Amino acid sequence: MPYIEVQGVLHELDSDGYLVDAAAWTLDVAQAIATQESITLTPEHYEVLDVLRQFYQVYEHSPAMRPLCKAVSLALGPDKGKSIYLMQLFPGSPAKRAARIAGLPRPDNCL
Amino acid sequence: MPTLHTLNRGPSHASCLEECLSTMANDDTLLLIEDGVYWALPSHISVLNDVSHIRALKADVLARGLHQLSGTELVDDDGFVGLCTQHDRVVSWF
Amino acid sequence: MSINKRFLLISRSAPYGTSAAREMLDIALTCSVFEQPVTLLLLGDAVLQLIRDHRPDEVSQKNLNALQASLAMYDIDRILIPETALQKHGLSTDQLSIPIELINAEQLPALIAEHDIVITI
Repeated sequence: MPYIEVQGVLHELDSDGYLVDAAAWTLDVAQAIATQESITLTPEHYEVLDVLRQFYQVYEHSPAMRPLCKAVSLALGPDKGKSIYLMQLFPGSPAKRAARIAGLPRPDNCL
Repeated sequence: MPTLHTLNRGPSHASCLEECLSTMANDDTLLLIEDGVYWALPSHISVLNDVSHIRALKADVLARGLHQLSGTELVDDDGFVGLCTQHDRVVSWF
Repeated sequence: MSINKRFLLISRSAPYGTSAAREMLDIALTCSVFEQPVTLLLLGDAVLQLIRDHRPDEVSQKNLNALQASLAMYDIDRILIPETALQKHGLSTDQLSIPIELINAEQLPALIAEHDIVITI
């Protein structure tokens, strides 16, 4: 099992590199994973991570791109709910990369 | 725009047939396969009175020793394929 | 995505006893990810899936109520139940976990005919 070390504590990752224990997530853990992803977290990133974690709490799974856009749009406004905006923050596959940094499982239904 | 419905459950699964029948339109076809062929027995066939097009898969009928089924048209595998192509969609009830 | 097929997913099983209910929801979410329009139809025992306040951790399973609640986030808004199915189990719409549309059993054949692909599970 791979691990990520954050301030001397080892956190277990699954085979896809996602945090196994969502409850172990802290901002420092997010920072550490983001560094692996070569993403520098800004307040704009954090508010999306927040939306993602709330989504997970209510719906008990990590969202695919479409519901992620919808959730962000509802929480932060339609401009931020556009996929191009999320692509800028989390280039490549926003649903997967943002879920990983948010300490959530890999989205099941992701293309 | 008729639909082909296949049914593979016999009389001990009455709700399967019930649900199938509830969705059938007049010009739809019901194809009985596997245990579904038991619905074509004389003692059960009356529940299919409202279905205008009934077929049963020959191999499943013969395999179960139901050689005396009268009134139900049998189809072989080619006939099954033909039915699939003659209908707009296939719905499987199991 | 250039080709859209209209999907009708017909669920017929009660939750948790088998994986059928869960699989239907997974198919629905996957159709949505591929931007295919989806209608859900719950027949017979499948209406029992929508009873509220599941606690499936008691049987070590994931909560279907949570997945059901997420359908709207996947733009799956058309969830149909025949009135007879609800009556059979003594349920009313206000007892269900998500908003649904009641239909008459007589409308079912027309519902099938308006979809390209019909999946029963």
